[in-house]
Amino acid sequence: MQDVREALYVGSRSDGALIRRPMSPHLQVYKMRLSMFLSISNRITGVVATGGSALGVFWLAALAKGPKSFASARKVTGNPLGQLVLFGWIISLVWHTVGGLRHFIWDAGRRYDKKELNEDGRVALGVIAGVGVTLATSLLGISCCRARRRAKLLKKAS
Amino acid sequence: MNATSPTHHTVMRSQLGRARGLGSGHSGTDHWIVERVSAASLLPLSGWFVIQMFRLGGEDYEKVARWGGKPVNATLLAALVATSFYHAEVGLQVIVDDYVHGKAHAPAKLLVKIGTGLLGLLGIFSVLKLALGRTAAKG
Repeated sequence: MQDVREALYVGSRSDGALIRRPMSPHLQVYKMRLSMFLSISNRITGVVATGGSALGVFWLAALAKGPKSFASARKVTGNPLGQLVLFGWIISLVWHTVGGLRHFIWDAGRRYDKKELNEDGRVALGVIAGVGVTLATSLLGISCCRARRRAKLLKKAS
Repeated sequence: MNATSPTHHTVMRSQLGRARGLGSGHSGTDHWIVERVSAASLLPLSGWFVIQMFRLGGEDYEKVARWGGKPVNATLLAALVATSFYHAEVGLQVIVDDYVHGKAHAPAKLLVKIGTGLLGLLGIFSVLKLALGRTAAKG
């Protein structure tokens, strides 16, 4: 037996013969709903945020290793592709945080009715878009400006 | 009419007996609680980190390294790294439980533990080096 849960799907017909009971329909038969989308996306953004944090730890390791490795790490983070990854990481973190905050509200026993869930889902999407994009663009923008100014000063000094 | 059907006797254990032991291992609540506690701890820690990044983004090596070596910063950084990867481990474990079945389940769970554990250790050792080992590395 591959999967132990198979044991729960064995039933017997009225004539006594053993049969495999049908499983309940899976994801593909349901129409995508906002609550469903937000639930799945909370998991996906959690995984993406973990991947981003792994890169963040490599950044920290480069910083600890010395100026040379920090310079190479900066090449990665300053690169357009690196900026896109950073942008995605920040959005994922904000998304997962908003999802987590909603879980805390539900754990407190609030906002769990269908109507409330749908209302809050839209608010959550708005908050994610607003906070996520604002945070990502301002943080990346400020860092870029500062790095550019620093590079100019270095050029002047030399 | 079905007296000749042998299929009736191929399963000797009752359905209950087969299902027993597949349910609660008396450790689920604990898992749920540590997921929430680590999540709640991450809120102030990541808030602090975001503010620090607004201050440090684009700065030169010396300034960032000096920042990471300060005791309070190093403490909070290490706490952030440890809590992040602990939370990641707990969360990824649930995903593995949900989607990876059969023989692959145990190695997949082990892989999650090893992966998040090593990443957390790398982060913590980096912070330790920033806080303690910089003068030696400099000379």
